Amino acid sequence: MIALLSRDLKLTIRAGGGFGFAILFFFIVTLLLAFGIGPDIQLLRKIAPGALWVCALLACLLSMDRLFALDFEDGSLDLLLVAPIPLEVVVFAKSLAHWITTGLPLALITPLLGIFWDLPEKGYFWVCFSLLVGTPALSMIGAFGAALTLGLRRGGLLLSVLVLPLYVPTLIFGAEVSRLGAEGLDLQTPFLLLIALTLGALSLLPFAAAAVLRINLR
Amino acid sequence: MSLWEYANPVKFFALSGRLLPWAAGLSAACLLIGLYWGFFHTPDDYRMGSTVKIIYIHVPSALMAINAWFMMLVASLIWLIRRHHVSALAAKAAAPVGTVMTLIALITGAIWGQPMWGTWWAWDPRLTSFLILFLFYIGYLIMWQSVENPDKAADLTSVLCIVGSVFAVLSRYAVNFWNQGLHQGASLSLDKEKNVADVFYQPLLFAIAGFVLLFFALVLLGTRSEIRLRRAAAVRMRRGI
Repeated sequence: MIALLSRDLKLTIRAGGGFGFAILFFFIVTLLLAFGIGPDIQLLRKIAPGALWVCALLACLLSMDRLFALDFEDGSLDLLLVAPIPLEVVVFAKSLAHWITTGLPLALITPLLGIFWDLPEKGYFWVCFSLLVGTPALSMIGAFGAALTLGLRRGGLLLSVLVLPLYVPTLIFGAEVSRLGAEGLDLQTPFLLLIALTLGALSLLPFAAAAVLRINLR
Repeated sequence: MSLWEYANPVKFFALSGRLLPWAAGLSAACLLIGLYWGFFHTPDDYRMGSTVKIIYIHVPSALMAINAWFMMLVASLIWLIRRHHVSALAAKAAAPVGTVMTLIALITGAIWGQPMWGTWWAWDPRLTSFLILFLFYIGYLIMWQSVENPDKAADLTSVLCIVGSVFAVLSRYAVNFWNQGLHQGASLSLDKEKNVADVFYQPLLFAIAGFVLLFFALVLLGTRSEIRLRRAAAVRMRRGI
């Protein structure tokens, strides 16, 4: 599993892997959103936690269709299917690699973007931290969607249509945590629910994704 | 004699052929009685005026929108566990019906909400979760369309339906958490006393029965045409066309 993880990480980070595109995309979308809303800094500050969450979620989805597609095309996915480790672990490792190269840097860069949006002081920590906790669930849900749309024409398009509604609960709890955090209010309930959602997704969705992969590779 | 015998397409065909006219006829009768009674022979509500009468379409369609998804979930589980083709096809046939029911519930709700709440749309938990349910239906339908191999499509959509159900329930409660509601509580429930006065309640029961039977008839019809399509495809393949 560790070998697979490091292989995926290397493939993404080295040339042509698309590492950094998600962050760039994230940056540009937040910029565009600010242009769309207008320069009213009071308004921007108010909606910043939710806006950052939505942009991060879209950026997370961006590289999702490559998760299995590249391995599917060159046949290494077939080898992983018959490899001595369970397919569930393969799915988990690949989503973890996706999170390390997408969700983690996205979460870490939000404080920088928070400056543009004039986040309240407490908001920096909570937006970053809620993304840190929530993005693993986004990666895992996306991996399920990627497994589902593997090998389809227009798979990438279908992926976003299927996955975005599944992101709703994570987004609601995550954005709620950052909003309450930015306003300095009590955020225990949504925070615990966000953690529960991430843990639930990480523990259950690998099975669903692996089942779907087996169907697709049949 | 067990229920599973009807997993055989031939037996299912014979039974559904006999049931279909009855279901369709009874559905039409119930809908006619319920809607006619509801629209012309109930008094106007003292607060809502005649707009209250949209209840005869709104409540049954909303009810069936959720039940259709639930039926798809059960059918998907049966397909994954016992591999009965009729079950997968029934799930496929139910999806468009459920989608339209969701849409009817949303649209009638908007028509009612405009004069009553003064707005076509409110970010209320019930409304929002119905919109999300609608998105789930669309995703499910697109999934069926985009996979060519029918067995693979049935497998993939079944898993999608199961995962989607979990997330639909999660979304329902997440949305509840996100915003307090404007929508009134449940109109009907089995364990509590009812919230709708008898005058409105009795025709509503007819309308609900009509919608349930309508759904049943449409699913039977859809499943039958799916089986026929399957047979036609098999014949074409045998003849090498």
